Amino acid sequence: MNHSNHVVSTAITAESIADSSVVAPEAVAQYALGLGDDALVLAHRLGEWIANAPELEEDVALGNIGLDLLGHARSLLTYAGTAWDKSEDDLAYFRVENEFRSRQLFEQPIGDFAVTIARQLIASVYFAELYRALSRSEDPTLAAIAAKAVKEVDYHVDHSAQWLRRLGLGTKYSHERMQRGLDAMWPFVDELFRADPYAEDLVGIAVDPRQLRAGFEAVVPGLIVDAGLEIPAGESAQGGGRTGIHSEALGPMLAEMQVLARAHPGATW
Amino acid sequence: MSTQEMFARPRPDTEAELAIWNLAATVVDPEIPVLTIEDLGVLRRVAIEGSTVLVEITPTYSGCPAVDAMRDDIVTVLHDAGYEDVVVRSVLAPAWTTDWMSDAGAKKLEEYGIAAPAPRGVSGTVNLGLGIRCPHCGSLHTRELSRFGSTSCKALYVCQRCQEPFDYFKEH
Repeated sequence: MNHSNHVVSTAITAESIADSSVVAPEAVAQYALGLGDDALVLAHRLGEWIANAPELEEDVALGNIGLDLLGHARSLLTYAGTAWDKSEDDLAYFRVENEFRSRQLFEQPIGDFAVTIARQLIASVYFAELYRALSRSEDPTLAAIAAKAVKEVDYHVDHSAQWLRRLGLGTKYSHERMQRGLDAMWPFVDELFRADPYAEDLVGIAVDPRQLRAGFEAVVPGLIVDAGLEIPAGESAQGGGRTGIHSEALGPMLAEMQVLARAHPGATW
Repeated sequence: MSTQEMFARPRPDTEAELAIWNLAATVVDPEIPVLTIEDLGVLRRVAIEGSTVLVEITPTYSGCPAVDAMRDDIVTVLHDAGYEDVVVRSVLAPAWTTDWMSDAGAKKLEEYGIAAPAPRGVSGTVNLGLGIRCPHCGSLHTRELSRFGSTSCKALYVCQRCQEPFDYFKEH
């Protein structure tokens, strides 16, 4: 039985990273910050659906998905913060818009339910590809966060894929709305797979987003076609989220997300 | 012993550590108070390091808000038993799975009215949609109402025979 204890004791502490002696190297922290911001911004957007979704079950579903993403954000931001002696809250509530590294897909307004489902499909498949690859990272903390996240985001893929199908193959009206949702979110797909400036020098530790595109293409277009919908064509958005360039949607969202912490610094409840 | 079994049964083997484990194992899930953290497979390791008692737990889901309550309860239980220096640490790896739930835990869950998770198996493959048994009447003629339920770890089902809704603790 000693043997079993030995195996478990090799577990990597990550949720309580703040209490542990783990310190992220500067370059790894910069990379983790971008991933954490992606998860945090989308978690906040999903929270906006609570009490507003088309049915009670979806209030609960979108809230649960947001909670999982918030968990990923907390781990990633806490880990990043170890490099600068900052807490997850310092990073979430006391940075300004151009200090956020999130890709622009995540900050877009929630739109109608079809827009949200379109974004969830894109985001969930992207996260599944990302975390599957990151779970093999040579950085044990990133690998542990990713290995836990991947099981959760797989479930999120399923949720959005089912709704895509239901709306795409439902009525003429639901089909049109779902197509409009895809059309609205599709310009933000390309940015997800552009080079991450903070991943460049982290071979074996970070995931190069360009390598995730093939996995995304193997899943999402097929789901769209099977739902009787068309893969949107057209221009991609300019992007630049990783370097702090954002669409006009992020500022108002951050204002709402940060107001309480800024009005009452250090408040707990 | 397979790796899966090792992770599933992390009880310590020294008497001093076992005493601490047994105390920590009385802490229950605040959302499902019939289940202890040992039943859930959330209690991972107990160790004595110098004058410090170390307890490791793992969250069920990344965003599980019950972790903080469990951590506080472990500290309280051990303080009350005379252990002064207690550190509770959350570990993410290896990732929690419902396969670590004890048989006793699964039984208590069913008696409480929540269907227990289907086994995922050693390979970790996805459940193939086998029937979920109604914890009220035992029928397998049940239907999923919502894949997300009152907490991250549950889905909502309804029994087609007795018509009662029930929570299902999702295999994960």
